[in-house]
Amino acid sequence: MRHFSKALLATSLLAALVLTAQTSAPEIPFTAFPDLLKFPDAIPLGEAAGVATNTTGNVFVYTRTGHPTITIGTARPFAHGGSRLVEFDRMGNFVREIGKDSYGFMDAQQVRVDPQNNIWTVDQMTNMVIEFDPNGRVQLLLGRKAEAERVPAAPLAPAAGGRGGGLPGAGAQSDLFNRPTDVAWDGAGNIYVADGLGNARIAKFDKNGKFIRTWGSRGTANGQFSTVQGIAIDAKGNVYAGDPGNKRIQVFDGDGNYKTQISDVGAPAALCITPGAHQYLYSSNSNPMNDIDAGGEIYRLELDGKVLGKFGKAGKMPKEFGTVNAIDCRGNNELYVGELGNWRVQKIELRTN
Amino acid sequence: MCKFYPALTLALAAILATPAAFAQTKAKAQNVPEIPYDSVPNFLKLPPNLYLGESMGVATNSKGHVFVYTRSATTRLFEFDQLGNYVREIGSGNYGFEFAHSVRVDPQDNIWVVDEGTNTVIKFNPAGRVVMVLGHRPEVVAGAVATTNTTVPPAEKYTFSRPTDVAWDPQGNIFISDGYGNNRVVKYDKNGRFLKQIGSEKPGNGKDQFNLPHAIAVDAKGNVYVADRSNHRMQVLDNDLAPKAIYDNIGDSWTVCVSPGPHQYLFTSNSNPNGNAPGTWDNTGEIYKMELDGTIIGKFGHAGKRLGGFQVAHMLDCRNPNEILVAEIESWRVQKLILKPLIAAPGK
Repeated sequence: MRHFSKALLATSLLAALVLTAQTSAPEIPFTAFPDLLKFPDAIPLGEAAGVATNTTGNVFVYTRTGHPTITIGTARPFAHGGSRLVEFDRMGNFVREIGKDSYGFMDAQQVRVDPQNNIWTVDQMTNMVIEFDPNGRVQLLLGRKAEAERVPAAPLAPAAGGRGGGLPGAGAQSDLFNRPTDVAWDGAGNIYVADGLGNARIAKFDKNGKFIRTWGSRGTANGQFSTVQGIAIDAKGNVYAGDPGNKRIQVFDGDGNYKTQISDVGAPAALCITPGAHQYLYSSNSNPMNDIDAGGEIYRLELDGKVLGKFGKAGKMPKEFGTVNAIDCRGNNELYVGELGNWRVQKIELRTN
Repeated sequence: MCKFYPALTLALAAILATPAAFAQTKAKAQNVPEIPYDSVPNFLKLPPNLYLGESMGVATNSKGHVFVYTRSATTRLFEFDQLGNYVREIGSGNYGFEFAHSVRVDPQDNIWVVDEGTNTVIKFNPAGRVVMVLGHRPEVVAGAVATTNTTVPPAEKYTFSRPTDVAWDPQGNIFISDGYGNNRVVKYDKNGRFLKQIGSEKPGNGKDQFNLPHAIAVDAKGNVYVADRSNHRMQVLDNDLAPKAIYDNIGDSWTVCVSPGPHQYLFTSNSNPNGNAPGTWDNTGEIYKMELDGTIIGKFGHAGKRLGGFQVAHMLDCRNPNEILVAEIESWRVQKLILKPLIAAPGK
């Protein structure tokens, strides 16, 4: 019991740390546009798990719409539905839905657009990463959806045992994921998958989807993760991995060798790196779903970890954030932020100079 | 995680429910005058092949439009005009729609729904767009939450456990009755920030405790009226949630409504219990019209399946205190009642 109390105390202290992360960082003035995206009535926006832009400024939102359907087959429950991928133009007008009724869409986790404008989705219930070409056709699949769903679902975050294949979890030499969270690419087109919540590893594949290597396991040592919630890769091929449980961003080279960590930005739950000659890193100290009175701010950093400033806080109003799960920063000072708690995508314009 | 769980949860609830928790109470109030009324036949006119299911929530806006939150094949929110003509559906396929419980319209005509299947309270602006979400739906990967667990975890600031209803004071503060899992009332400011709560996750019958707080309303002074259903009473709180009064002569308070205007009235329903156990029609089903101080003015209605009777009245709209809308669980309809002048109490 006494140990339990100590653990509780430690947890409270950690929670307090979220509040106090970089309170000295300068506030970046900004404007928010919470109503930019015009969702059609037939596609209601639920939790905005993923948001990303392509080179023409079109905006892609991968949202949890809810209402997955379970049908009963040979005494096994088969599941589909529950998330949708929607494209808007840069003015926020609806363009189209992509991947409607896809076998791989159930619990949206992330969407990213690669330099060739392919659209990649990450789904943490089907455990699949899907590459769509710019026309919305499926090009490459990583992972496999479980043949049948367990009802009730398997317990959260098992240390080992992928949901799909029963292979070892963390460190698995495969593309069988357990609640993957994010995807990124290096300059050569190699694919990195953050795998993520059920596992605690990063898996690297070549541009054709062939497994290359995996690194990470659950823990607190350098190179270990509590969870891997977001990844981003800079122009030199360094991999930045957000680990909110350990309150740090770890930086690896492309082979998974630990280089350094950034540990004064709260609980980094969503990351992005700007394109261009001078790259910046954005990281969200996302508030937990059950508390809007702590954290919530987004940091702007140099790639070496120097904090340049921060903006926003947790809340439900415009210019406040409700459990940010995605940041798109292709526009450098013009961001898109996807929120789980507020069922919203806000466009943010920063005044950094 | 899927459409199974509401059914599963209901089945479990039915199995686990103790008779004491859901037994119905004959009101202690005696010699209450009867208020005569007419029920408008087929008030709501739905387009062909559109049906209400269990009618959980009903509310009107300032133009008299009627909003119904219903458990049909899926949970849906419909709008009708003041004559009952169908206008539109709002929030079709919404992430937070799973098991309807309540709909209310605030003074700015925003439409709020309370869904006890997703633990969310959702604010739509008059155009039908989501502008605020309170609470959060458990992630699908987490699977069913506590369907077999009899211990409810401690109530959290921003997490509900099967919430039941929402109301606002004149300052725009938000009051939520929460609910079947928790047993508390929570107050938020108009921006959705937690201010305080009364009660906890545990049921109780003390004056700062609740046992299934099932509905909530606020008067013009900011006093809070809570239908404390399984405690067979209504509790009145001040604006800071301090207990002020208990009205326990009205049977089981299933729902509560406070009319607007200079002279406000309080309405509550001693609804007949789900399932219509033998004998329950004889001593339940009536709706009380009261002064805010608890004085009973009269009662109307009775348990029954045909028009004019109520089958588990679940929610009332009393924007016009002489024209009451009644949403019924087990008759899948909304009745519009036109109240007439009082008939004197027997023996007077």
